[in-house]
Amino acid sequence: MTRSTGSTTLNARITTTLPGAEVLLRALVEQGVDVIFGYPGGAVLPIYDALFKQDHIRHVLVRHEQAAVHAAEAYARSTGKVGVVLVTSGPGATNAVTGLLDAMMDSIPLVCLSGQVPTPLIGNDAFQEADTTGITRPVTKYNYLVRKPEDLAPAVHEAFAIARSGRPGPVLIDLPKNITVGDAPYVDAKAVTPRTTRMTTQPDRAAIARAVAAMKAGKRVLFYTGGGIINSGPQASETLRKLVALTGFPVTSTLMGLGAFPGTDRRFLGMLGMHGTYEANLATHACDVLVALGSRFDDRVTGRLDAFSPNSFKIHVDIDPSQINKIVHVNEGLVGDVGQIMALMIEEWEKQPAYAHKAELEAWWAQIEGWRALDCLRFGQDQAPDAVIKPQQAIQRIYELARQTGRDTYVSTEVGQHQMWAAQFFRFDAPNRWLTSGGLGTMGYGLPAAVGAQIAHPDALVMDVAGEASTLMNIQELGTIAQYRLPVKIFIINNHYMGMVRQWQELLHGSRYSESYSDALPDFVKLAESFHATGLRVTRLDQLDATIAQALAHDGPVLVDICVAEGENCFPMIPSGAAHNQMILGPEQEASSATISKEGQMLV
Amino acid sequence: MQVEVSGSAVISLLVDNESGALARIVELFSGRGYNIQSLTVAPVDEHGQTSRVNIVTTGTQSSIWQVKTQLERLVPVSRVVNLTAEGPYVAREMALVKVVSSGEPRTEALRIAQAFRARAVDTTASSFVFELTGSTDKLDSFIELMRPLGLVEVSRTGVASICRGPQTIQNF
Repeated sequence: MTRSTGSTTLNARITTTLPGAEVLLRALVEQGVDVIFGYPGGAVLPIYDALFKQDHIRHVLVRHEQAAVHAAEAYARSTGKVGVVLVTSGPGATNAVTGLLDAMMDSIPLVCLSGQVPTPLIGNDAFQEADTTGITRPVTKYNYLVRKPEDLAPAVHEAFAIARSGRPGPVLIDLPKNITVGDAPYVDAKAVTPRTTRMTTQPDRAAIARAVAAMKAGKRVLFYTGGGIINSGPQASETLRKLVALTGFPVTSTLMGLGAFPGTDRRFLGMLGMHGTYEANLATHACDVLVALGSRFDDRVTGRLDAFSPNSFKIHVDIDPSQINKIVHVNEGLVGDVGQIMALMIEEWEKQPAYAHKAELEAWWAQIEGWRALDCLRFGQDQAPDAVIKPQQAIQRIYELARQTGRDTYVSTEVGQHQMWAAQFFRFDAPNRWLTSGGLGTMGYGLPAAVGAQIAHPDALVMDVAGEASTLMNIQELGTIAQYRLPVKIFIINNHYMGMVRQWQELLHGSRYSESYSDALPDFVKLAESFHATGLRVTRLDQLDATIAQALAHDGPVLVDICVAEGENCFPMIPSGAAHNQMILGPEQEASSATISKEGQMLV
Repeated sequence: MQVEVSGSAVISLLVDNESGALARIVELFSGRGYNIQSLTVAPVDEHGQTSRVNIVTTGTQSSIWQVKTQLERLVPVSRVVNLTAEGPYVAREMALVKVVSSGEPRTEALRIAQAFRARAVDTTASSFVFELTGSTDKLDSFIELMRPLGLVEVSRTGVASICRGPQTIQNF
């Protein structure tokens, strides 16, 4: 026996034969799995039966398969492990599709196990049959349909290797019921050579030396860091801190990279891009060397491409070669693990002649401090005790009061204005604490993500900063929170609008608020109570702090309905089709944005 | 920004012969908006476990580079070579061309077929099926010449390609 599963190589003799479902669980245990997020159904009953009979793996029952995937994503991103999902065939698998694409876009390692009708019935439109591998091919890094018992264990082992290697991502294994019921041989992980070994590359030392020489020659250098540093592991965040300490260069980050460098450090300029800070965006525009570390020049970051960082020498470090020169042409592309490459950059920095532009670096910092002095995130909160709460005020106070607790804190968000404000106001000092849907922008991500994070870190403070519209997309997860008594704190920034949609309608469509009003909202306090959680509501400024503090102090799940000013918009903003130096800083400038071109309107 | 010139490229791949492998490749092209002008695929190793795929695509140099790096991300793909960029190569395809005519056009068709070294693999009183192997250009011009002479049907294989000299796809 030398081969199975296409070309997965089997190196050892088969030792044991077990029912397929048991082979599956044994392989999961060998891969270090301790939690599965899932939902049962006909095609996966044998797997659920095997789960019932063992106690190595804990199963968390969600209320919708999409939520299972988001919970597993948060579990993975907050622990650095591979998240595991178990869903049934047909609708179980199709419900998971959004979550899989979310994980694909944000490079989150997942293994999704889906049930399938027995192999003889495939293609017959059987009950709850779906062409799951066909449907999920574009939303996964790889997927399998296990047709033969001997392919089962190798597929599971290889799936984990693929999910976590290189640029991480989701892998799906479709499991026909006859495979999980019938006997299958068990093989150890070490007996399988995954095909990921084909893709390994060694960092190019000469290219790193050239990149560092360019940094040494730079007078206005900027690090632009991304989610790749988080994916590389906590060690990469440490290395980044060393690199910045050594060079003294400023750092900006993408949405996905927040936490890799301490948000409270003076050398951190905040997030860049569409809702990035004034200083981060102007520094990106003005720098003469831009060092992209594990970031991918997403359109939310670059704005108008031909005006993106127009005069800089660009260095791009990415583990995925297809990202180099995909959107922005770079002068030096370095393929490899960003943590490893940063470590080599440090070596090279110390080897090459000392940095000769100290004075220019000081001038660069002076210029940045000038931009920072504008205080672009300021908002005019009326201080009267009964004043309407501004959403920014609510989010800033949630951050500050949570920080005062001194607890290890994990924050998830939904998608929209509140997400951008949270990215602006929360200052993370450690990686893996910030859980948000970046690439796909999936409304309904935050509540299940909070479930996954709290399962992974039972003693930590886990908060979902939510919008009233987004959170309703997966509100059923209050049931999961109740069942497992997860002390999640949900803060709904309730402005009665799909706020980001309303903001764009205001900016681009003459304030015609077509279908963006959140009508007929539930009473969130009663809703929370009906799900056995504590519900709180706050409507005036003088009750805000006390209410947040009360929620944080409670040892069970709390949902806080924070009723905020309805018309507030998220600034700064680079309108679609504009360049980084054409930011709108606040409502006073909004009128001039009526000049946004048709081309700009076409962008999302 | 510089305007890049579009051109065509022949890309050869070695892939694991497993179900869904071809779908992955084709969906990558359609999903990312790349062109496929022709595509051939067949197993090429003694156990039938590896297939070779030849794709003719068009695009700018940077978009063809993107195609290559995106293909390399696919798990069942073990090798991707842009033959057009890597040096001299041979690219051949085969066509079956059916011509229905009589009298002078029929004689003329047969005469041109001989000039192109096409073989008549099926002959009836009113029709020929010609088999022709060669470069895409040669096949194109043959088909053009047959058009006024009773051309009714064409079946082409798409390009099979291989690099010249002792080098193989394995050692790029």
